[in-house]
Amino acid sequence: MTGRRSGRPLVPAYLATGGVARPSRNSLERLSVLTGTDGPLPTDLPAAQLTLLETLDGGSLTVVETAALLELPVSAVRVLAAALVDQGLVVARPPIPYAAQPDTDLLKRVADGLRALKL
Amino acid sequence: MASAPSSYNAARPSGSGQSGPHLPDSARELVKILVTGPFGVGKTTLIDSVSEIRPLHTEEQLTEASVAVDDLAGVRDKTTTTVAVDFGRISLAGGIVLYLFGTPGQERFRTLWADIAQGALGALVLVDTRRIDASFDVLGLVEEMGLPYAVALNTFPDSHPYTEQQLRRSLDLEPDTPMVTCDARDPHSSIDALLSLVTHLIARHRTETW
Repeated sequence: MTGRRSGRPLVPAYLATGGVARPSRNSLERLSVLTGTDGPLPTDLPAAQLTLLETLDGGSLTVVETAALLELPVSAVRVLAAALVDQGLVVARPPIPYAAQPDTDLLKRVADGLRALKL
Repeated sequence: MASAPSSYNAARPSGSGQSGPHLPDSARELVKILVTGPFGVGKTTLIDSVSEIRPLHTEEQLTEASVAVDDLAGVRDKTTTTVAVDFGRISLAGGIVLYLFGTPGQERFRTLWADIAQGALGALVLVDTRRIDASFDVLGLVEEMGLPYAVALNTFPDSHPYTEQQLRRSLDLEPDTPMVTCDARDPHSSIDALLSLVTHLIARHRTETW
């Protein structure tokens, strides 16, 4: 595991977001995929945002996985991630591209995928 | 990964190249299923038995984060309820990643529930037949959210041998709602329970589009 050791979170949620309670964009779901960009880091990037960026080193993570690894509530990660997206340091994509709703085809592929696990 | 909870997971080909929490590069479509039921029914056990990552959890605050900001002075004597939401992940063929969210079934978690349920394919409702009435709350919530579901009876050694009809009647299930027995500790049994849900979802989709 790469999560931090057990114990109290590094920073309380309300400090992590700098007191901001609502994200600057509402498009981030639990399963939105966050990927770090190679954009230049501003020198005054808040520590919590920097920590989030560092967890994206080496690959993409969903919002909820990021929250679990940072030991922050999902609501706080939404705020932090939205701020990073605004600055072009993170790109976020929806869980299912090009589709508003899971369709029958996707459900069938989920079923096939589950059956394949039993082989 | 070293912390894989069972040999089943360690043996999974799709998991063998994964050494960290990051998503597989192949991940294209991320879907979720809620695994819900009363406290102690085996939600985490089921998630643990099929997840390719050691199940993670988030600490969810039942009040908005803003409350802590605005009422900082009152924080010490304020009881902000925190509830842990477990989740696990299964990579399937074709770039699909299935997330399982263990969602507490109590009525007072309604807001959290709605948030987690957003975009979910459906719910697998775990029922302990030794305390059927403990499942009424969660079945009410699932139906209220309009989330399609299947019921999995998690078997315990001292479970009462009710007939299927008795159980369906006491749980007040629709005739087409799947009800299966499941040993949440057993990956194959858990996957079968998930499959009964997904098969049900496919059938529902067919009826709706016709």
